[in-house]
Amino acid sequence: MKKLINKVEDILSEVLDGMAAAHGDLIRVNKEPAYVVRADAPVKGKVAIVSGGGSGHEPMHGGFVGKGMLDGACPGAIFTSPTPDQMYEAAKAVDGGAGVLFIVKNYTGDVMNFEMAADLAKEDGITVKSVVIDDDVAVQDSTWTAGRRGVATTVLAEKIVGAAAEDGKSLDELADLCARVNANGRTMGMALTSCTVPANGKPSFDLPEDEMEIGIGIHGEPGRRREKLKSADEIVEELMTPVIEDLPFKAGDQVLLFVNGMGATPLIELYIVYRKAAEFAEKHGLKVVRHFIGSYITSLDMAGTSITLLKLDDEMLKYWDAPVLTPALRSKI
Amino acid sequence: MSNLDVGAATEWIKKSADVLNVEKKRLTELDAAIGDSDHGENMARGFNAVTAKIGAAAPADMAALFKTVGMTLITTVGGASGPLYGTFFLEIGKKTAGKAELDTLAWADALDAGIAGIVMRGKAELNDKTMLDALLPAAKALRDNAAKPLAEAADASAASAEAGMAATIPLVARKGRASYLGERSAGHQDPGATSASLLLRAFADTVK
Repeated sequence: MKKLINKVEDILSEVLDGMAAAHGDLIRVNKEPAYVVRADAPVKGKVAIVSGGGSGHEPMHGGFVGKGMLDGACPGAIFTSPTPDQMYEAAKAVDGGAGVLFIVKNYTGDVMNFEMAADLAKEDGITVKSVVIDDDVAVQDSTWTAGRRGVATTVLAEKIVGAAAEDGKSLDELADLCARVNANGRTMGMALTSCTVPANGKPSFDLPEDEMEIGIGIHGEPGRRREKLKSADEIVEELMTPVIEDLPFKAGDQVLLFVNGMGATPLIELYIVYRKAAEFAEKHGLKVVRHFIGSYITSLDMAGTSITLLKLDDEMLKYWDAPVLTPALRSKI
Repeated sequence: MSNLDVGAATEWIKKSADVLNVEKKRLTELDAAIGDSDHGENMARGFNAVTAKIGAAAPADMAALFKTVGMTLITTVGGASGPLYGTFFLEIGKKTAGKAELDTLAWADALDAGIAGIVMRGKAELNDKTMLDALLPAAKALRDNAAKPLAEAADASAASAEAGMAATIPLVARKGRASYLGERSAGHQDPGATSASLLLRAFADTVK
């Protein structure tokens, strides 16, 4: 294992120190328990948006804390859900009196820990609602599993719902909007390489030089099937087809096309993927009215990509375009 | 030893921490095959936090001990194992409130309460390839041996947990992260059932 780290057990603490040192104008970092909140929290009268999850997906979620997106983010250990005390303390730190919305990715641990945190916050009189994101079409048999995983649509939901909160929407309206984003977003991912969890010291799975894994999640867990490596264009078709069929997206739909890197895939390859994905979407009559390209929800040092289509309505479009100022995502403010 | 008191219960928790530290690489390797490669690290971290806490201030009774164990695991383990094992110990703690000693029957009641907490939180069933596949047979063995001394019953209980753990190998996971693998989860031993077996074997070793 070759990594730019000091001691394995210091990783989380040092990441937070780095973020605090770099972005003190935007965020405030708490170590015990670990959470990141926007510098001006709590914002009086505004619904607070809190998310969280295992570390290793940077910039998600801590990088999305700031004006127009998240009020708080709770980082767990690498690929491990944060604990209820983190979300509970973060909720208390950001609650401006209008309630708190938890955006939770659908993993057994995340859902359980956020549920326990919501119970604790409610005992303190804080109104909490939770929306679970489950956009991964790779999970086919959701009746017999823990359900579809929450993946890249989470980033889009955090941006759109965060902007709507900034605009003064109520907790109920925001929970509805978040559920709508989830219902209209679909993602499929693939890996060219595994990733290495520092505490484990070696790749989470073996993937030979000439093979790829289709349908991966974001935790280095193997996907649905393994195949011989193909060209970028063929891989894009293999990812886009189930995404388009699943919703189902239809001709004339306005969509946001999100091409995400898994951590070790350079932008040069993501643009090659985007080029084919946009062409494929247009061929199916979809109107790609917004795009988003980059490594925003990652899996440590995994190479690969995920493609997300979000069918946009006018409200989603308005809030996607709204200003945002966070460590990892910023636009006209 | 005939019954479990707060001293023996504390001994069990410390022994569990030792075992988890020894076995953490193996647990993480099992998890790497069908999960996300962190179960050993997470359990060791949680139980190390527990031993630090009960080492600093010895709990007054079993209920206080198990509550401390549960709360500490909830706030230090993370993942699904944190809330599940945390709830397990919290419920055991509630069941042992006011009791200075547990005989076989009382321990069976406590274990049942702990397992009910896991079922409530995780909504899994037998043969879903989870920790319950070790815990449910262990609880049944304890009931079947309720008339026997704790040492003997606990040994039978641990053996049933180990058999249940081994029986997870051919199962297809239906809960937790391994469920995403579908058929590919078959052929691997469940890490949660493994850690549960280690805890119950540590219990049997403590009371023998």
